[in-house]
Amino acid sequence: MIFSLLVYAAPHSHQGAESAYRFAVACLAQGHSIHRVFFYGDGIHGASALAAPPQDEPNLPARWQALAQAHELDLVVCIAAAVRRGLLDANEARRYEKPGHNLHQGFELSGLGQLAEAAIVSDRMITFGA
Amino acid sequence: MTLHTLNRAPSDTALLTDCLRACSSGDTLLLIEDGVYCALAEQPIAWPAGVNVCALTADVAARGLDSRLASSISQVDDADFVQLCCEHARVISWY
Repeated sequence: MIFSLLVYAAPHSHQGAESAYRFAVACLAQGHSIHRVFFYGDGIHGASALAAPPQDEPNLPARWQALAQAHELDLVVCIAAAVRRGLLDANEARRYEKPGHNLHQGFELSGLGQLAEAAIVSDRMITFGA
Repeated sequence: MTLHTLNRAPSDTALLTDCLRACSSGDTLLLIEDGVYCALAEQPIAWPAGVNVCALTADVAARGLDSRLASSISQVDDADFVQLCCEHARVISWY
């Protein structure tokens, strides 16, 4: 079955951020495919390269990237939600003349069209709320 | 048939009421995260008839509630969660 995940929950604020990751791992372990993971609202904080949680706590952006690498996942972050919260890639940093960018490797910024497309293509869309 | 997930404690009465109102006979309600507090035996909730209510094992264990769940509520693991998503035509997340 084809799944897509929609993540509204921010790491360290809501457990939903971790639940989504756990679900993705369980999903892939059963041989299902994940078409896309879409990070929306405060969920975009799960894609920050600058998050530095203590070593005994999960680093979700790094975990997502490793999972994406192993399973060729498409990790998409809503560009409007990200830019207004200070999560930028190199392009957006240039566009808004900001001194740095912090989108974690393995993620990309894109529009809501990617969420709509995921909903159409996937058999199931699972939302992890805040 | 619909799979509902609920991630808030019963103190969020408005959310719980909305969720229960939306549940139909034959649906499954999966309690996740703080939603597992809805499964406590000492605060029984009037679940709608015909709705299968279960709680996510890891979230129950993380809160130390293993021995305090109502007997009518079964526990499921992450793999079962995925399986439930496949068995139901749609999934609605209440949060």
